[in-house]
Amino acid sequence: MSLKELWHKLGSPRWFYQMSSPWVTAFGFAAALLLVIGVIWGLVYAPQDYQQGNSFRIMYVHVPAAMVAQSVYIGMGVAGFVLFVWRMKLADVAIAACLPFGVMLTTLALFTGGVWGRPTWGTWWEWDGRTVSTLVLLFLFIGIYALREAIVDVELRGRASALLAMVGTINIPVIKYSVEWWNTLHQPASFTISEKPTMPPEMWLPLLVMVLGIYCYAAHNIMSRMRIEILQRESRTQWVRNLFVVDKVSGT
Amino acid sequence: MVGLEELVCKRDERPLFAPLTMTVNGGDCVEVLGPNGAGKTTLLRTIAGLHKQYDGVYDCANFIFQGHRIGLDELMTPLENLAWFGSLQGAKFNDQVMQDMLLKVGMAKLALTPCQRLSQGQQRRVAMAKWLLSSAKVWLLDEPYTSLDRAGQDLLNEVLAEHCGKGGVVMAATHVPLRVGKLRTLNVIPSEADS
Amino acid sequence: MFAPLFARELRVLLRNRGAVFNPMAFMFLAVMLFAVGSPLTDNSRAQFGGAILWIIVLLTNMLSLDSLFRRDYDNGVLEQVISTAAVPFVAVLSRMLVQWIGTGLLMTLLAPLLCLFLGLPNQAIPITMLALLLGTPALSLLGAVGAAITVGFSRGGILLGLLVLPMFLPVLIFGASAISQAVAGEGSSAPLYWLAFISMLALTIGPFATTAGLRISLQMQ
Repeated sequence: MSLKELWHKLGSPRWFYQMSSPWVTAFGFAAALLLVIGVIWGLVYAPQDYQQGNSFRIMYVHVPAAMVAQSVYIGMGVAGFVLFVWRMKLADVAIAACLPFGVMLTTLALFTGGVWGRPTWGTWWEWDGRTVSTLVLLFLFIGIYALREAIVDVELRGRASALLAMVGTINIPVIKYSVEWWNTLHQPASFTISEKPTMPPEMWLPLLVMVLGIYCYAAHNIMSRMRIEILQRESRTQWVRNLFVVDKVSGT
Repeated sequence: MVGLEELVCKRDERPLFAPLTMTVNGGDCVEVLGPNGAGKTTLLRTIAGLHKQYDGVYDCANFIFQGHRIGLDELMTPLENLAWFGSLQGAKFNDQVMQDMLLKVGMAKLALTPCQRLSQGQQRRVAMAKWLLSSAKVWLLDEPYTSLDRAGQDLLNEVLAEHCGKGGVVMAATHVPLRVGKLRTLNVIPSEADS
Repeated sequence: MFAPLFARELRVLLRNRGAVFNPMAFMFLAVMLFAVGSPLTDNSRAQFGGAILWIIVLLTNMLSLDSLFRRDYDNGVLEQVISTAAVPFVAVLSRMLVQWIGTGLLMTLLAPLLCLFLGLPNQAIPITMLALLLGTPALSLLGAVGAAITVGFSRGGILLGLLVLPMFLPVLIFGASAISQAVAGEGSSAPLYWLAFISMLALTIGPFATTAGLRISLQMQ
């Protein structure tokens, strides 16, 4: 199937629903596998950090979570662009699906960032570059969520959140850079978990596995949510009713 | 000048009324009729390009739109409002021309009074002057009789008749029947609401 | 076409004095609250004075933005602009420019007073003015996007803050840094260049996004 055909097909929620079924399972398995390997490898087998002993291991959860959370937001921005230019309904379904997962993941990133902070800095919370960036990302997600809560009309809600996601995505590089800049000014140079090039392979390989694992989980979770959202939105169509005929589920 | 083909306006992804098909030519004065909530306002807003959720096709020549809200800045005088409206479309109206138009709608004496001190009916007359000054052929009007007194209503009928006489088009959603010579009717029938 | 529209906006601004005066009054009130609530010593002024000034500037801008399009939305002028203007973009841009004149530019001119009340040394005044001049356009341009999206809500104020304050953060960071560096006597122009860059970026996306936001909000009427 050519790219153009694929694009056209994506305009149909029904096609997506049918097509995504095997992918959801595949991503789910891949995620489970990668995450189990990554967690065990990172938390048990990877070498200790010379400065921080074992406490830095939380990085194996924190860094991938923060990275993927940011990718999810940028994904929303891209979906927003698609919605605006091509008016593809599936793009709004994607945005609606990315939101709760994004909030969850960002919160996890924040929490694990704090846990990592405790043994290192002695506090549960420290305002450093990464904390601020992650917190801003959380606010960006919450902003879109609050906006969606305030608009009832489905199409207007979609366009408004798409617009906001796009503007937010363009702002992310600026925000990230400004926060890093602020960080170098205000924080003494300390071990930052972004110094990947200086890590030996035994350290960053499990990290890579975790990153891939969380990406797979993101794909699995977001696709599942999209499928549920599609069922809800298209609940009055024939093909959705046919799905439930055999089960005799009393549908709303 | 205005063409509708199977046009259905939607809100929240629900169609509001049965599809409409109509071709409006120069000189036509169209009454848009329908019960409350049928979607007459939404229809006019769609043709004016303000409302983007619809199925079907529409086409409209150069138009002006008059909605429920008056569309005048209350901090400016009628004269300033008319001049500003002109500059929105890249036109510069001569002062004398504007004064004459205000005279025609009976607002010459209040030309320099900020609109917030004018009554609703008076502001609606200023809006009429605005329509007359623009070079648009199509007038999309939503409940044009609102707030007008008897004299104002007569004035409106005159103005509409004149506009259609010159080959312009009027599409007006109204509960009060238009008292203009030849009328065409567009009936907006609400679609059955889904349970 | 821009000139008459811009002239109209200025004229309305001068007649709508409350829209300018109230945020400015709030600004000085907030300065007083900070001064009273947390007495600033000489040491802390160097560190915090710049940040406090910018935080107050951000919040004042938010207040001013809330009513940016509301009047025109309610009285029907906005739907006239979007439906019948030859180029609605120009009308929206002139509105945003005048909003900046009533807030950012005014703040720049009032900067010496702000520095005085916050106890910032005289040597910091020129940099403060320059930072405000370069940074506040970004606030007006980006904030207008939030104002456009929320103009249809009756209680849009808080939501507006939630949407735009994260985007204001870089301006806060660079602006506060510029001032604290000036207070300490170091002359680094890096933050100022960044403020200018952010404002330029805001200029490229702000007006388009704002017009799009207004079109969306008009459909809620």
